Amino acid sequence: MAIKKPQIIVIGGGLGGLWATIRIAEAGNHVKLFSLFQVKRSHSACAQGGINACLDTKGQKDSTWQHFVDTIKGGAYLANQPPVLSMCEDAPGLIRTFDRMGVTWSRTPEGIMDLRLFGGVKNKRTCFAGATTGQQLLYACDEQVRKHEEAGLVEKFEWWEFLGIIMDGQGRCRGITAINLHTMETRVFKADAVVVATGGLGLIYGKSTNSTNSTGAAASRVYQQGAKFMNGEFIQFHPTGMPGDDKNRLMSEAARGEGGRIWVPKQKGDTRDPLTIPEGERWYFLEEWYPAYGNTVPRDVASRALYKVCKELGMGIGGGDLVYLDLTHLDSKFLRSRLGGIMEIYEKFAGSDPTQIPMMIYPAVHYSMGGLWVDFEKDPETNALKQPSPRNHQCSIPGLFSCGECDGTYHGANRLGANSLLSASYSGRVVGESVAAYVKGLTDSVENVPEEIFSKEKNRQDGINQDILAGKGDENPYILHRELGELMRDKVSIIRSNEGLDAALDGLQELKARFQNINLDDTRGWTNLPLTYTRQVHDMIILAEVIAKGARLRDECRGSHWKPEFEMSIPEGKFPGDPEFEEYRAKWKANNETWLKTTVAEHSESGPQISYEKVDTSMLPVEQPRDYR
Amino acid sequence: MPDVIRLKVKRQDQPDAKPYWEEFELPYRPQHNVISLLMALREKPVNIKGERVAPVVYEVGCMEEVCGACTMIINGQVRQACSALVDQLEQPIVLEPMSKFQVIRDLMVNRQPMFDALRQVHAWVDIDGGYDIHVHAPRISPQAWEHNYNFARCMTCGCCMEVCPQYNSKSKFVGPAPIGQAWLFSNHPTGKYYKAARLHSLMGVGGITDCGNAQNCIEACPKDIKLTDAIAKISRDTTIQMVKDLFLS
Repeated sequence: MAIKKPQIIVIGGGLGGLWATIRIAEAGNHVKLFSLFQVKRSHSACAQGGINACLDTKGQKDSTWQHFVDTIKGGAYLANQPPVLSMCEDAPGLIRTFDRMGVTWSRTPEGIMDLRLFGGVKNKRTCFAGATTGQQLLYACDEQVRKHEEAGLVEKFEWWEFLGIIMDGQGRCRGITAINLHTMETRVFKADAVVVATGGLGLIYGKSTNSTNSTGAAASRVYQQGAKFMNGEFIQFHPTGMPGDDKNRLMSEAARGEGGRIWVPKQKGDTRDPLTIPEGERWYFLEEWYPAYGNTVPRDVASRALYKVCKELGMGIGGGDLVYLDLTHLDSKFLRSRLGGIMEIYEKFAGSDPTQIPMMIYPAVHYSMGGLWVDFEKDPETNALKQPSPRNHQCSIPGLFSCGECDGTYHGANRLGANSLLSASYSGRVVGESVAAYVKGLTDSVENVPEEIFSKEKNRQDGINQDILAGKGDENPYILHRELGELMRDKVSIIRSNEGLDAALDGLQELKARFQNINLDDTRGWTNLPLTYTRQVHDMIILAEVIAKGARLRDECRGSHWKPEFEMSIPEGKFPGDPEFEEYRAKWKANNETWLKTTVAEHSESGPQISYEKVDTSMLPVEQPRDYR
Repeated sequence: MPDVIRLKVKRQDQPDAKPYWEEFELPYRPQHNVISLLMALREKPVNIKGERVAPVVYEVGCMEEVCGACTMIINGQVRQACSALVDQLEQPIVLEPMSKFQVIRDLMVNRQPMFDALRQVHAWVDIDGGYDIHVHAPRISPQAWEHNYNFARCMTCGCCMEVCPQYNSKSKFVGPAPIGQAWLFSNHPTGKYYKAARLHSLMGVGGITDCGNAQNCIEACPKDIKLTDAIAKISRDTTIQMVKDLFLS
C-alpha cells in the first residue's frame, strides 16, 4: 500500500531545484525546499545569453534532431544519447511553458519570441530575454513556487545548509541533516525522497564566472557518503570572461552570436589604442582558423584557441593574457536592446562602454559538465527517455536524486552555449516527475525507520562542527581556499599534462593535511560564516581530487579535457574523402574504442576510485569527428 | 595611489545587541570593490587597534549586480557592494547595514518581508500546470516587451525600500518593489485575468494609498525600474477598481 503524505526534500533553489519543486507540488506532494539564501538569488540568475529549443521560426528548417546532433557532437559524443534526445524533443514544450509563466522573452516585430545564434550550431535556436535570460527564467520559477508556497504545498528553509543525507539499514536515503546558518542549530529532516540540485562547483577553482555559493560542497558530501560522481574532469572554460581579482565576470556567448568579433593585433606586443589599429593589422584568428563557424565555434575550441594565441604564441594584447571581443562595428541601439545586461556589467566593472571600445577578455572557469552520476530509463521503442520513471535522475543511492548542473547527464565532454538553462530546467521537470512516481511506489514510510539512525547522524555532524570550532591550529580557511583555487587554475586547466596533474594531486593531499590545523577567527554560536565556510573548503578539496584524478587517468583529448601529449589533430587542409583525413578518422575511431566511456568516481579514504561505463550511442553513430573549420 | 584602504564598519553581533563601529586598514590594490575588500579582510581580520576579531558578516551572491544579495549602505548611499568600486569611493569607506530591515549580524539583514509582500500581491502568472499544453502564451509586441522587461529585472534588493520614507517599522506599507511587480503581472496577456486580485491586495492596509510620492524609489533603483510609473498607474487602477466593486458587485 502506498504511503500517505510522502515527505520530499529538495536541496537547492535554482532552475533545477525549483522545477523539481513545482512538479512535485503539482502532483499533490508537500515539498521542503532548502537553500543557503533566498532562492531568488540562486546562481541561475547569472546566466545571460539564452536557452535552446527548436522553434524553427527563422525559416532555417531547423529540427529537434539537428539540435540533438549538435549537442552530442558538441559534447564529443560522451553523453548518453537517450536523455539528450528527450531533452531536445521536449525543449519547445518547455519554452512554451516558460512563455505561459510570463517570462519576458525578447520579441520580433510580429510579437513572437525571437531567436538568436549561439556557439557550435548553424541554426538560430536560442530563445532569450535581453542578455539576462537566466534571471528571467529563474524568476518565473521563483514566482510559481511562491504560488505553491501560498497554497501550502511548499515550505521553504532558506538560510539552511545541507550537511549530509541519512541512509537506513538498506542504504536508502531517508532524510538529511542541515544547519541553520543564523542560529547554527543542526537538525534532522526525515524524507522519503531527496533531490540534490545544488548547481556547479566553480569555486573549487577560486576564480570563475560562478557565484560565491557555487562550491559543489553539497555534491561532494553525498559523494563522500557513497553517491557516484561522473566525468568530473570535464570542466568548461568559457572563452570570454572578464579578467578580475575577485571574479571572472561572464560576457555572454551571445555577444559573438550577435556579430561580435574576436581579434588581437597582428603586431606582437602592439600597445596602440585598438580603435587606431586598421582592419588589415588585426588578426581575427577564430575566423581564420575556423571558417565555417568563425567566432561561434564551441567553447572548448575557442578557449584553446585563445590559450594558444596568448600563452603559446605570445600574441595577446600587450603580450598579456587578453584578447579583444569587439562589438564596436554593431549598432549601439541594437546592442543595448539585445545585450543590455552584459553591456551594464562591462561598463560597471571595467569602466568602458563596449559599444565604443572593444572589450578585453580571456577564458574563465564556467561550468561542470560532469556531476553526480544519475540513472535513466530508456524507452526501447523511441530510444528516448521513458517518462515518467522513478529511475530518471536517481543517484546511485536509492531515494536520492539529482538535477541541474549538479548532475552529469546531458553535456558529455563539452557543453554548447544555451544548453545549460535548458538542461537545468528540463532535468528539474523530469526529476520532479520521477520523484512523484518514486514515492507513489514506496510501501514503507520513513516514519518506520528507527530513531537511532537519525540521531546517530546528527551527532556525527555536531561532532564535526565542534572539532572545527575547537581548532587551535594556525590555518585560515580563506587562505586555504585561495591556495586551492591557485593550484587548480594552474595545474587542472585548459591544457593539461600528466606531470602537472600528478603535482595537482600531491598539492591537494597537502591541502587536506593542512586542513586539520584550522583555527577559526569566529567561534560564536550565531551566524558563524567561517564555520560553514571551513566545511565547504574541506568538501571542495575532496571534489577537486575527483576532478584531478579523472583528468590524470584519461589519456586522450576530448572536449574540454585536453592533453597535448595525446593530441590527434585533423591534417591541415584535408577534408572527408581525402586519404589523409580518412586515416585520421580511422585513428579517431580507434581512440574512441578505448576512451569513449563515462568516468565514474567512488569515494574511498585513499582517494577517488575510478572506473568506466559504456556510453549509449544508439541513435547517432560515432562517425564524424568534430570539425569546425 | 594610496597605500591603504580605510574601512569603517557598523557592526552588530546579533539582532538584539547594540551596534558598534570597528575600523580596519587593508593594503591597497587596484580594482577592489567593497565585497572583494571584505573578502580580503577575512584572511586577516585585524582592526586598527591591532586586535584580531571575527570577520565582518555580510551577504553576497553573484558579484555582478544581478542577484541583489549584497545591498548595504556605503558612504551613506544604499547600493550593492559588489559594484561599489573602491577607487571611486571616498575614504574612509563607511559600511552600514540597511536600516529598514532587522539586522541579523553586522551587514546582513533579514529581507523576508519583501518576499512575503510578493505573496501578498499575487506576484505571478497563474498557469494550469508545468506540463506542455502545446500552445504559447498570446503574442506580446516589442514595445510592450521593452516596458515589461524593465520591471522583470527587479532583484528584490531592497534599495527602494531603504529610501522610501513610508516604508518603516511603524507602517505596514508593502513598499515600491512589490507594487512594481503587481503592475508587471497585470500587464501579461493572461496574468491580467487576476488583475482585480492584485489591485484588491493593494487597496487595504499597507496598500497603495500609503505611498507619499517622495519618488526616492526610482532614484535609488539600481536597475532603473520605472517604479513611479507603476505606482501612478496602480493608484489610478485601484480607484477604477473601487468604482467597479461599488457598482458591479
